[in-house]
Amino acid sequence: MALNSWGLRPNAPAAQEIVRRDRQAELPQVEGTLLPFGNGRSYGDSCLNSGGTLLLTRGCDRFIDFAPIDETRARLVCDAGVLLAEIIELFLPRGWFLPVTPGTRFVTVGGAIANDVHGKNHHRAGSFGNHVRRFELLRSDGSRRICSATENANWFAATVGGLGLTGLITWAEIELRRVGSDALDVSNTRFEGLDEFWAINAAAEAQHEYAVAWIDCLARRPRGIFMAGDHVGGDGTAEPAASQARRALKAPFTPPFSPLNALTLRAFNTAYYHRPLPARARSPLLPYFYPLDGILEWNRLYGRRGFYQYQCVVPKGAEAAIDEMLAAISTSGQGSLLAVLKTFGAPEAHTPPGLLSFPLAGATLALDFPDRDEETEALFARLDAIVAAAGGRLYPAKDARMPRSLFRAGYAKVEEFARFVDPKFSSNFWRRVID
Amino acid sequence: MQKILVIGATSAIAEATCRRWAARGDALFLVARDAARLEAIAADLSVRGAAAVGSFAMDATDFAAHAAMFAAAQAALGRIDVALIAHGTLPEQKACEASVEETLAAIEVNGTSVIALATRIGAQLEAQNSGVLAVIGSVAGDRGRASNYVYGAAKGMVDIFMQGMRHRLAKSGAQALIIKPGFVDTPMTASFSKGALWAKPDDIARGIVKAVDQRRDQVYLPGFWRFIMLVIRHIPQAIFKKTSL
Repeated sequence: MALNSWGLRPNAPAAQEIVRRDRQAELPQVEGTLLPFGNGRSYGDSCLNSGGTLLLTRGCDRFIDFAPIDETRARLVCDAGVLLAEIIELFLPRGWFLPVTPGTRFVTVGGAIANDVHGKNHHRAGSFGNHVRRFELLRSDGSRRICSATENANWFAATVGGLGLTGLITWAEIELRRVGSDALDVSNTRFEGLDEFWAINAAAEAQHEYAVAWIDCLARRPRGIFMAGDHVGGDGTAEPAASQARRALKAPFTPPFSPLNALTLRAFNTAYYHRPLPARARSPLLPYFYPLDGILEWNRLYGRRGFYQYQCVVPKGAEAAIDEMLAAISTSGQGSLLAVLKTFGAPEAHTPPGLLSFPLAGATLALDFPDRDEETEALFARLDAIVAAAGGRLYPAKDARMPRSLFRAGYAKVEEFARFVDPKFSSNFWRRVID
Repeated sequence: MQKILVIGATSAIAEATCRRWAARGDALFLVARDAARLEAIAADLSVRGAAAVGSFAMDATDFAAHAAMFAAAQAALGRIDVALIAHGTLPEQKACEASVEETLAAIEVNGTSVIALATRIGAQLEAQNSGVLAVIGSVAGDRGRASNYVYGAAKGMVDIFMQGMRHRLAKSGAQALIIKPGFVDTPMTASFSKGALWAKPDDIARGIVKAVDQRRDQVYLPGFWRFIMLVIRHIPQAIFKKTSL
């Protein structure tokens, strides 16, 4: 079975896929290159290795150890193939949650480290790698290294956000955080125009743990809904949040052409913006963090040609670039259901842990685009130019097309990183941006 | 909390089943050949919530080791509420046809070693007047077919044995259950190309936990195999010989 990335764009298959079942197992001796493949939630080609070997890590899904550190933190050791969803299923009922979580819980721990994923609390907690205590890195020469901020620290920095290229992460020790319940207090605020967004966001970041905005990128003037959230405390007053595990819907098949076009997207976004929305509400945790996990395989809605995701960050002070990009998108008439705007900027204790970590103090914008050939390419070229001029960069986990020059410009430490890449490891992404 | 003995605990189906029992807070005693893998699974089940996890490394065809293993299990668990025998290999049919040794080895690991263990455990459950002995058979044991009748013969032998055990235990409070999985996507079947009939180990695990809870006599997993095998068992020989199953 040929594996795809989440963007479902056509790709040449790997020569072989090898299922790993034990963390103690050695790497296979094969011709060509190796690449770990977790749960396939990377959108572009960073998890693909056409013509090479994919090491399927989902067969390594054992927990190893768990122990509270103090009242608020615990350490969890597990195989790198464990899904965040499996951690949540086991530990949320016991009052523990991930200190940082991306927008889907269907990613492996290894994938979360290799992409140094971020969440809606970046302004407080930094990225996933900031909460990784240590892990084991298995290299193609058979060596195994324990990597942490103090032990093999250079290997740690290369592997966090290292896109699976420095070797195979076999197991990891991560921190969990105490939560008082499985509910969140959420506030929703509609805004029109980015000035309003910046004002709301500045106030919200000072006050709330989680902050993110959905943007209607097709409206003539950018508008959206700002969603702030906080865990409901452990004072025992929290009602258990009902319907935590609603039965997931599933896209039953891939339609021959996408039902998502300019007309339906515009209609959806308008309806979504105007839907009745409580200013404050208590929400179960899962739908707040993982709205799309409720629709399994939603990526198929973009049809057989798949789709692109475009996620960039522009540094603090260059926020005008966001205005420019939204104007360019609105003018183009291309855009998505899922436009997300959020500011990054972790406290000093949580500086970016990886040489290729994506987050950067500033603002990040994420959008989906169906593939409309030249039209889409032209829009991307325009967006790339804005990002480059602002000194920003794109997120490799989401990327299937960024030009080599933009990657090089965005990631100053790429030369240093390249020294840690395992000689037997490679990916479609790496060959595209480096060779 | 149930006290559960699992033989062949490193098999994909057994491991998935143990995870479900661990999540309920049961106490487990695991037996398999590979000590390192046993240790990894034991640690996993502890984190998942098992009240206690013991283990014993043993090859099921090492009959001389059975007594010591069973004594260790009883010492660790005390009473045995559930025993699951899940070990086995899928022999290559063509290799068996060419070799008496291969055939007998396949019968030993999938048939006689299971019967030896079930004999010991059955006697204990009968003495306790309680408990469920669950054994993993196979749809292959329902009718001999050219493509894997050596494996089928061993599984069929276990099926008949468990019928008798069930009959015998009926006078006590104990129960004998045979589980007949169809095609399951496990390391044992890694080389097969998979179609729509293939189930995941966790689907089978869910069915095993339920069948043990309900003290069933026999279950096909997934359940649709009951109908497939009903048809296969009733195809007249004259027609059956013309098929390639």
